Amino acid sequence: MNLNATFIGQMVAFVIFIYLTHRFVWPPIVAAMAERTKRIADGLQAADKAEKDLELAKQKVVEQLTSAKKEAATIIDQANKRAIEIVEEAKEKARLEGDRLKVSAQAEIDQATSRAREELRSKVVTLALAGAEKILESSIDQNAHNELVNKLAAEL
Amino acid sequence: MSSAEHAEALTSSEYIKHHLTNLTYGKLPDGTWGFAHNGDEAAQMGFWAVNVDTMGWSLFLGALFFFIFRSVAKKVTSDAPTGLQNYVEAAVEFVDSNVKGMFPYKNTMIAPLALTILVWVFFMNAMDLIAIDLLPEIAKLVGVSLGADPHAVFFKVVPSTDPNITLGMAACIFLLILFFSFREKGVIGFAKELCLHPFSSKNVIVQIAVIPVNFVLEAVNLIAKPVSLGLRLFGNLYAGEIIFILIAIMIGANLVLGFFGISLQIVWALFHILIIALQAFIFMVLTIVYMSMAYQTDEQH
Repeated sequence: MNLNATFIGQMVAFVIFIYLTHRFVWPPIVAAMAERTKRIADGLQAADKAEKDLELAKQKVVEQLTSAKKEAATIIDQANKRAIEIVEEAKEKARLEGDRLKVSAQAEIDQATSRAREELRSKVVTLALAGAEKILESSIDQNAHNELVNKLAAEL
Repeated sequence: MSSAEHAEALTSSEYIKHHLTNLTYGKLPDGTWGFAHNGDEAAQMGFWAVNVDTMGWSLFLGALFFFIFRSVAKKVTSDAPTGLQNYVEAAVEFVDSNVKGMFPYKNTMIAPLALTILVWVFFMNAMDLIAIDLLPEIAKLVGVSLGADPHAVFFKVVPSTDPNITLGMAACIFLLILFFSFREKGVIGFAKELCLHPFSSKNVIVQIAVIPVNFVLEAVNLIAKPVSLGLRLFGNLYAGEIIFILIAIMIGANLVLGFFGISLQIVWALFHILIIALQAFIFMVLTIVYMSMAYQTDEQH
């Protein structure tokens, strides 16, 4: 209970422990706590931002989906149109081809007809001459009557 | 808490006296240096003697505080805190918020100072919770084995029941008050604060007349700060320890009183936890407030 040098000892010890705490204990702990506070704040901010980003992304997805659907519909429309066009074209082509074939066939037929007629005519001429010869029993002057016979043949 | 053996060997008053005497090392009456054999001898040693028990425990607990906090500070992380770091951070945060609330000036030393006080004083007070005879009996065994008289081995384990310890800390606070007062206000500003309050007058003659009165009042005010700071802590813990001692005497009386005493001891210990923490907190808060007052330059009267 006596006041003695313990008093001074405690003063010295107190100063030393204050210094040690000030130098070695307080700064690192407070720094770590401040850093954690900052990290938590940053984390919360990042979470907020991520949520917003997610919202935006969702919106974007919806927009893109809608536009993609529209595009697809347009493409299908165009394809349908094109198909119809192609069919029409093909039909037209076929019709033209048919016409062309018909025309050429007609021409061939005409050709064959005229050729047959020509042949027939020449044969008729020969036959007529032979018939006339027989009727007249005399030979007809080929040269003298040729013109007459040709005229006859042309009238057939 | 068990003191039966001890109380039988000593009378009650001897038992109390024994518990309230420090193990003092100093110059003995015969001129040699050594441990005092009784309280009177310790008193005769004068100022140049050391209470080895309280000083030792004080240093040990201070070192314990430092090493616990230093070990955490070394591997402190800003990730999720684990284990001891939780407690250390709780203490640091508590001190930090108190300092920020009461000390609005810029000084990085105040918060570590407050932390040191809070934890160290708490540890010193908490020694009160260790069974009152345990450590003294161990000390006695050690002392006897070293050849000392068993009745001369005094051992007080609660440093804050030694006024040297509490007043020593208060004296440091007082020196800091003076230092910061002079630094922040200047010699003239500090002198003005001491001489022009609480009475002031526009009349110069009256003002000069009241200066001595003011100075006496303010000086008392200033000196009362460390004295009350130190004695408050000492008084509370000393009273608490005496109650532990008195209940311990009851335990030695007989079986019925013994059980009653044990339960009383537990009840008092539980209640004492409040005092232990509260006194450490009060010491810290008052220190911060005194520092804040030393910094206060604008006059608010």
